[in-house]
Amino acid sequence: MKKFETFTSRVVPLPIDNIDTDQIIPARFLKTISKAGLGDQLFNDWRYDDAGNPNPDFILNQPRGRNAGVLLAGDNFGCGSSREHAPWALTQFGFHAVISTSFADIFRGNAVKNSLLPVVVPKDAHEELFAALEIDPDAKVEVNLADQTLTLPSGRKVEFPVDPFARHCMIEGVDELGYILQQQGAIAAYEATRTCPLNTLP
Amino acid sequence: MGKPRTIVEKVWDSHVVCERPGAPPLIYIDLHLVHEVTSPQAFEGLRERGLKVRRPDLSFATTDHSTPTTDRSLPIADKIAAAQVAKLEANCKEFGIPCYGYHSEHQGIVHVIGPENGLTQPGMTVVCGDSHTATHGAFGALAFGIGTSQVEHVLATQCLLQAKSKTYQVNINGSLKPGVTAKDVILALIARIGIGGGTHTVFEYCGSTIRALSMEERMTICNMSIEGGARAGLIAPDDTTFQYMHGRRFMPKGAAWDAALDRWKQLPSDEGAVYDRSISIDTAALEPMVTFGTNPGMGIPITQPVPDPGSLADPLERDSLAKALHYMNIEPGKPLLGHKVNVVFIGSCTNARITDLRAAAALFKGRKVSPNVRVMVVPGSQDTKRQAEAEGLDKIFREAGALWREAGCSMCIAMNGDQLAPGEYSVSTSNRNFEGRQGKGGRTFLASPLTAAAAAVTGVVTDVRTLL
Ligand code: SF4
Repeated sequence: MKKFETFTSRVVPLPIDNIDTDQIIPARFLKTISKAGLGDQLFNDWRYDDAGNPNPDFILNQPRGRNAGVLLAGDNFGCGSSREHAPWALTQFGFHAVISTSFADIFRGNAVKNSLLPVVVPKDAHEELFAALEIDPDAKVEVNLADQTLTLPSGRKVEFPVDPFARHCMIEGVDELGYILQQQGAIAAYEATRTCPLNTLP
Repeated sequence: MGKPRTIVEKVWDSHVVCERPGAPPLIYIDLHLVHEVTSPQAFEGLRERGLKVRRPDLSFATTDHSTPTTDRSLPIADKIAAAQVAKLEANCKEFGIPCYGYHSEHQGIVHVIGPENGLTQPGMTVVCGDSHTATHGAFGALAFGIGTSQVEHVLATQCLLQAKSKTYQVNINGSLKPGVTAKDVILALIARIGIGGGTHTVFEYCGSTIRALSMEERMTICNMSIEGGARAGLIAPDDTTFQYMHGRRFMPKGAAWDAALDRWKQLPSDEGAVYDRSISIDTAALEPMVTFGTNPGMGIPITQPVPDPGSLADPLERDSLAKALHYMNIEPGKPLLGHKVNVVFIGSCTNARITDLRAAAALFKGRKVSPNVRVMVVPGSQDTKRQAEAEGLDKIFREAGALWREAGCSMCIAMNGDQLAPGEYSVSTSNRNFEGRQGKGGRTFLASPLTAAAAAVTGVVTDVRTLL
């Protein structure tokens, strides 16, 4: 995993509540057996018409939807399925952080494992940011994971919560599996203490 | 005596492998279910690192999502889907994981085959790369969905780093009126708390309504816990649970069964156990429910009007409701009753078990499907399919004019060729009505198998109680 560094970026606003993973990446693109190419399908059904042409009204097809590292969405972002294809598609498109007032649990867990930071902000900061982007679509925010702060275009800093272990892994660029593999002694000791309730093998 | 604990705490406490400073607890997983969509990249990760599957004997796979529900003697026409199904079978072979593949007589939706074969047992931790894993909570298991990275973690180590969830007691009391089902209960709960209402929590469903339900009905309720935002949802095991489980393929037998039974009986929450949150629902006055919008929280009693965005104060909420009604092309202020329907789908891990098929068949019996409606009945597993056929249910469906298919997720997720055309309306027994969930541009009304069958015979959204 890449180390997550502090960055400053323009922001793409998507003022919709409850954006579910079927919108982030529709299920028909989940037939793949790799991770490649998913960024092209990000928000497919909003982004392209039935003939596959870009829908000019959708923000990702506009200049302001390009080259921005931050997505600003409505409440409860990422609800629905457990597909990790959602953060894969978002990061492949170029997002490093998503700002919302809340995230669905599984999405949040999947995001941090792919160096995509879910930034939970209070309602007033959320509204301030949407308003700032209305006035200046090129307004920038700074995302600082080490300090757990988001600096709004006004210069106001808001703190956001992050699971300390996820934060450590993202900043150091280490992945969880490496850590779990180091606990094999404890795992074997645990297994030795219990009778197995199941054997699926023939 | 220690502090009284909830069932969630009991299962949790007995699965903590270790807890190191600075990291979440490491939790042991008793059953890992695997399917074709969320596993290929995880197996690839194992290969890249040169790792093995630690406990193939606690793992089980099947193919369901991109699996066609048409004639199994034919090859899968969609080449990409065919490759994904073949990849699962090849990965399972390479890593030694048992798999009910495309041609297995036991193949089916992962959350149907687990309980059906006795893989799911009380007190277990169960995971799957699938958000509806909560279904297995009906047995008193702590069961939750995970992403592909975590699928790889469990394959490699049988463990997960997992923060402890809060507990949410959902008390459901009252007896259900005729025509009102478990599906209506869970849709009513989600309409009340919203699709983010259970975020960070695990539901424990309690109360007289729950106790009176069959295991299949309990699975319908637990299945949709994720639609309420909860990580998992479970129900303490009781005699109904033990009767359902006894004798199933992977259940302990003989003395091992008796010993397990003693353990399982210790699981229900202790008197005086404390929950982080709680809610009470009275089901005595409950009506059949239907959704009108583009998330499962947008549900109403079938006789009630669709809400008006103009009545909402919060601008984002108002816009979201207006956007949903625009997508659905539905007017606020009147009930959905009488709204035209193009497709009826009876299936999915929510409602494709034998009792669901029996309920639908009872309504179809002696009736014909409306000529304007395409009706698909898709059993949850090949075992369920055979049982339904032994009971003659397939004949009732066919004679009514419905399609009777092979097992799979089918039109719940529209990955396998079964899908709505743009603009079409379905009444569906599945769990999600998100935009495009059943095919790009398709519009979904979620409802119970009874309400779906009623729409199939009338061609419009119908209050099933008028047909009983
Ligand atoms: S039936 Fe639907 S919800 Fe259930 S596992 Fe399949 S796709 Fe997921």
